[in-house]
Amino acid sequence: MNISLLIILGFLLLSIFLGIRSSKGKDMNLEQWTVGGRGFGAIFVFLLMAGEIYTTFSFLGGSGWAYGKGAPALYVLIYITLSYVLSYWLLPEIWKYAKENSLMSQSDFFVSKYKSPSLGILAALVGVVSMIPVIVVQLKGLGIIVSEASYGAISMSTAVWMGAISLTIYVMISGIHGSVWTAVIKDIMMIVIIGFLGIYLPIHYFGGFQPMFEAVNAAKPGFLKLPEQGLSVSWFISTVILLVFGFYMWPQVFSAVYSARSGKVFRKNAIISPLYTLMLLFVFFVGFTAILKVPGLVGADADLSLLRLSIETFDPWFIGIIGGAGMLTALVPGSMLLMSVATLLAKNVYKEFAPTVSDRNVVRLAKFLVPVIALIAVYFTLNGGETMSALILMGYSLITQLFPSLLFSLKKTNTINKYGAIAGIICGLAIVTYITLSHSTIGTMFPSLPQAAKDLNVGIIALAVNFFVMITVSLAFRKLSVQLDSAK
Amino acid sequence: MKIIYILTLVPFIGILGFLPFVNRIEPYVLGMPFNMFWMAMWVVLTSVILGIMYKLDPRNREGDQE
Repeated sequence: MNISLLIILGFLLLSIFLGIRSSKGKDMNLEQWTVGGRGFGAIFVFLLMAGEIYTTFSFLGGSGWAYGKGAPALYVLIYITLSYVLSYWLLPEIWKYAKENSLMSQSDFFVSKYKSPSLGILAALVGVVSMIPVIVVQLKGLGIIVSEASYGAISMSTAVWMGAISLTIYVMISGIHGSVWTAVIKDIMMIVIIGFLGIYLPIHYFGGFQPMFEAVNAAKPGFLKLPEQGLSVSWFISTVILLVFGFYMWPQVFSAVYSARSGKVFRKNAIISPLYTLMLLFVFFVGFTAILKVPGLVGADADLSLLRLSIETFDPWFIGIIGGAGMLTALVPGSMLLMSVATLLAKNVYKEFAPTVSDRNVVRLAKFLVPVIALIAVYFTLNGGETMSALILMGYSLITQLFPSLLFSLKKTNTINKYGAIAGIICGLAIVTYITLSHSTIGTMFPSLPQAAKDLNVGIIALAVNFFVMITVSLAFRKLSVQLDSAK
Repeated sequence: MKIIYILTLVPFIGILGFLPFVNRIEPYVLGMPFNMFWMAMWVVLTSVILGIMYKLDPRNREGDQE
């Protein structure tokens, strides 16, 4: 075992230790385990939410896209920023309703708003299916970090297994409290390391930012602009809008919203959060520097660019520090995701079918499910060749399907009923599945459209159909649902 | 209250609405290609705009219990 791996292992043990310490002496009932007892203030909620947003995806996938695709990578910076604008209005409403009704999960929200347990189960299943690709991203990240930091001694597949096992142990021990403390360490390390790499590497190799970009532009003309077709301006705009709608639909982000002490926390956080995304610029700088210094990484290997360039440049002990920080960026969101999926399946799916089961047994089942879900994610990690960015976009296309019915439910009088909501979500999911499996784009489906329309993100179609079906079915069933309500 | 709603839309227009016109490399600003600089600038402006919204929003003057 080399020095880099030893340092990474040290970080792993430290985060497990913090997880054990923070959960000791607390009665871990379901509410403690999932929403932290609803007692977190502005800073903790900020770190918790930032912890999920700055995942291993932004660390490795962000630089990977800058390396492989160029300017289109900027979408990551923009969708996060604009999501905070949405959060100013959306999150206090969600928090307030959840608090008034003592809700614990996202599907509770749908059950309560639409008076429909079936919609709750559906929302939970959408969450589970959407989160699997995102868990895969975290495992891929762990795998890349460990195998690269071992300088080839540990194969990618062994590293993925090791990552999955560490993640499982970590979640089973700590739940949400572990995530918060590790998030503090992770965010500080991430800022320092990304800031350092993003400034040092371009200056070290090119003498500054502008010379670096000029060199990239000379070697790959047009790479620093959004292209005329493909990942074009219309792709960028539609993708950002889709992602902004999906941003707060993730079940684990929902539960982080519940953990706040007041609704004001979110409006305050919204102010500083965009500045935090500027850190992504440094991630992109690393990716752009890598284009000329470690060329030849194609396809999913583009995600390796940050670590490959670091290995070219620094001593092994420093690779250990970078790898340790990177591991935390996978561990924090990964643990949240695993815990959310397990809780969703145990509480919002299983318990709906077996209402007499005690809370204690639901927690037990959730904990039992953690390794099972980790295994499923390992399977997809080892059998898929997608880039992190492609996986994230797939997850988003799925989870965004919850947005239309959630948005309407926040209105004082909701024109949408449960039939419309369920039909809309199912149609949206069916279209995303079809598009993903058939690798369709709007261009392949409607070849006669103008180029700008062909480049639109296909997730937009699913969302539009969802919206249209939701409204039509709601209107068609309006009479029926009024009759059923009065019959009760 | 009205002005807050308008302010909400400003970052979307500034970033997405102007994108077709700012998708260019030159001039470089702060060492960054122009499109990248434009977006970074708007990230900062978004933060400022949210700060103004927070100040103008009467709901934030009340206590924490809201």
